[in-house]
Amino acid sequence: MFARLRLAAQVSAVGVVSALLGLLVWSVATEGRSKVPQRLEGRTLAAPDFELARIDRPGELSLASLRGKVVVVNFWASWCKPCKEEAPFLERTWQRYRSQGLVVLGVDYNDVDRDARGFARRYGMTYPLVRDRRGTVLVNDYGGTGVPETFFVDRKGKLVGDRIRGPVDDGEFRKRFDRYLRLALRS
Amino acid sequence: MRLVAALLLGALALAAPAGASEQRPTLAELETELYCPTCASPLDQSDAPIAQRMKAYVSDLIAEGRTKGEIKEEMVAQFGERVLAAPPRRGFNLLAWVLPFAGLLVGGGAVGFAAWRWSRGREDAPAAGGADPALNGRSRLDPELDRRLDEALARYDD
Repeated sequence: MFARLRLAAQVSAVGVVSALLGLLVWSVATEGRSKVPQRLEGRTLAAPDFELARIDRPGELSLASLRGKVVVVNFWASWCKPCKEEAPFLERTWQRYRSQGLVVLGVDYNDVDRDARGFARRYGMTYPLVRDRRGTVLVNDYGGTGVPETFFVDRKGKLVGDRIRGPVDDGEFRKRFDRYLRLALRS
Repeated sequence: MRLVAALLLGALALAAPAGASEQRPTLAELETELYCPTCASPLDQSDAPIAQRMKAYVSDLIAEGRTKGEIKEEMVAQFGERVLAAPPRRGFNLLAWVLPFAGLLVGGGAVGFAAWRWSRGREDAPAAGGADPALNGRSRLDPELDRRLDEALARYDD
């Protein structure tokens, strides 16, 4: 009787320890691995789709629903200083190229609703705005590390150029922005 | 009777501040119970821009007269459950509350059982060996040899 009990206890203990070890290995192996590599370097990769709640109006918006358009996906937050600098530039870009099928999609990251709406009003953002409430789209899907961060999606839903980490209206970032935008518009 | 009254008074004394804290929370206590989502530390230990915005928002909610539970619900609605320093006691998160106690119970039970088995084994050890105290630690003789020894001793006595 005791021998059976002891055997059952030993098997259970080995099972629990194995499960915990497996969990640890899985966690280490998958941690920090995003769908988008840190450097695209000319690779054509499908932009990870997402569907998020809108800030500028009721309802939700998915990236897939914008297929056929060029999308500049800009991650931002109301507490981010460089985001204040680039917001008017992004608005002007949208107004200038929207007739050519361009959409600037602002994805608000780690923010409070009312702060985000206040920010959008203050900086005159009229392009579509959604909220990455849990921060998973930026961090887990796009491998982002902070805001602002911008991606370019062509009409076929592929990422083009490379990610831009920083205000897109500024110096070298601006040159890269223009280059990637042209690439996307030509698609 | 006095003990019961003392226990009741103690429970009331503890319950009163807890109730007051729920109804009229302070920023300081909420800062320790809410996490900054980008820096993975409590709000009171973070000066990140998002943490400062969160503190300001919590202050506004306190000024509006919200209870602690309502404020936490609002912060979860804004940022998800990752802003809670302690996981909510429901669903899968319940494991985080139950497992440590279950581990203690199972571990304590295993140690108790092992100790009981060990002490019982020591008590039973002489019986298990088949030794008779009268044998004074020597092993029992083969029955045939025992019989012949008795006969020889009987002859010697005669």
